[in-house]
Amino acid sequence: MDVAIIDYKMSNLFSVQSACEKVGLSSVITSDNHEILDAKVAILPGVGAFGEAMKSLRESKLDKVIHEFVETGKPFVGICLGLQLLFDSSEEFGDYSGLGLIKGKVKKFKYHSDYSTKYPVPQISWNKINKTNGSWDDSLFHNNTNGDFMYFVHSFYVIPENESVILSKTTYGNTEYCSSIQQDNIFACQFHPEKSGKIGLNIYKNLKKRYC
Amino acid sequence: MKYIRIIPRLDIKGPNLVKGIHLEGLRVLGKPEDFAKLYYEQGADELIYQDTVASLYQRNSLTDIITRTAKNIFIPITVGGGLRTLDDINTVLRAGADKVSINTAAINNPDFITEASRVFGSSTIVIAIEAIKQPDNSYLAYTDNGREYTGVDAIAWAKEVEERGAGEILLTSIDKEGTGDGFDLELIKRVSDLLTIPVIAHGGAANDSHISASIKNSGADAVAIASMLHYGALNRNGSLVSDYNTEGNTEFLKKKGSYKMFGKENISEIKVQLNKYDIPLRILS
Repeated sequence: MDVAIIDYKMSNLFSVQSACEKVGLSSVITSDNHEILDAKVAILPGVGAFGEAMKSLRESKLDKVIHEFVETGKPFVGICLGLQLLFDSSEEFGDYSGLGLIKGKVKKFKYHSDYSTKYPVPQISWNKINKTNGSWDDSLFHNNTNGDFMYFVHSFYVIPENESVILSKTTYGNTEYCSSIQQDNIFACQFHPEKSGKIGLNIYKNLKKRYC
Repeated sequence: MKYIRIIPRLDIKGPNLVKGIHLEGLRVLGKPEDFAKLYYEQGADELIYQDTVASLYQRNSLTDIITRTAKNIFIPITVGGGLRTLDDINTVLRAGADKVSINTAAINNPDFITEASRVFGSSTIVIAIEAIKQPDNSYLAYTDNGREYTGVDAIAWAKEVEERGAGEILLTSIDKEGTGDGFDLELIKRVSDLLTIPVIAHGGAANDSHISASIKNSGADAVAIASMLHYGALNRNGSLVSDYNTEGNTEFLKKKGSYKMFGKENISEIKVQLNKYDIPLRILS
């Protein structure tokens, strides 16, 4: 199986699977540790609350399976809440500890307005991903362009301790934040590539080309 | 920078895309999947599927339509119409919807908003508010496509909905819906000024200056538009339907009618035009 889509009852898995199918990746929606560990790529999607999601991952022992998968060196992809869960902790409704695979924390947007423009929270909007330092050629953004629009739905954003893991930044109102990271075999993004039209599907195409 | 979303709204009855005025008098325009695909290619930012009769009948055909659409269209899809329980929400999410919109069940039982937001995440829960302006200039919320009086003040209700954890508001002016007279700018402004979650304005758009006004004068974060796109597509392409042997009021399609109130609008041209008014949008290259 090319892709294991990790099912911990907290996300819309249908669209991730449709995107895989569209680019010719075989995929399975699963919470079985063998199926996950046997796959070439694992995807951790996620919608909803950080605390609930961590609770669900721990209860099903999927947190350990994720650590085990990442240690194999095979590509691991986090999407939206699946990015945030990789971090040490989140300030969502009190403090919660996360998977601790990426050093840093998760913080909430503050509602604000400037002149006549309001910046509601959650941000539910298309927004641009901007290059930070390095090139995207050797990442899942291969063939994407600086300033491409992706679809975002979130109230929280990640702050990595080590800036060098940041692959793209995005600006919402007065906040410039990390919208994707790459750390060794982990790629994760705040936006939903499977909901970002043809430009987002390019990330799935790259998964297929590079790893499957 | 905040990028404004342009969201086609497709009202669905059985297998058909329909359109009425004031949410009534539904006329068959074609198959929702055909229009959805067209709008996706034109650069729609999201889609809304509203099942107009789900409150009254079973909705198996709707889940099939959602699934067929979601397999080919990679933008968010919000589905509404008759969702009353957590299981109902789960059913449409599993069929491929990304968000759900809820009106009647939320007003009848506001705790449903709190619970649904906790279980599925705030950003999955859109609360639809259908408002009618009263002689004293207040707005009251109605349910069942504007048929049922509730006595609930629409503006205060919007604030409560936010406090209960909804991620977004889909705000319809029943008075304006389907008329092409432009949005109810006062309604949108009053709700948008009060809330810190996004507000989708709906009801009355016939051209890009209507849309511009809802954003610049009233602070809408997104607009849901229907007639101007559906009739725009039909006026431009003729029919998108190959098969008229379908249930419902198909007289309009059989006569190859055109709807003179609306032009030949399409999303990519609307976006280019709005961009000229300094409204930031995602434009497909």
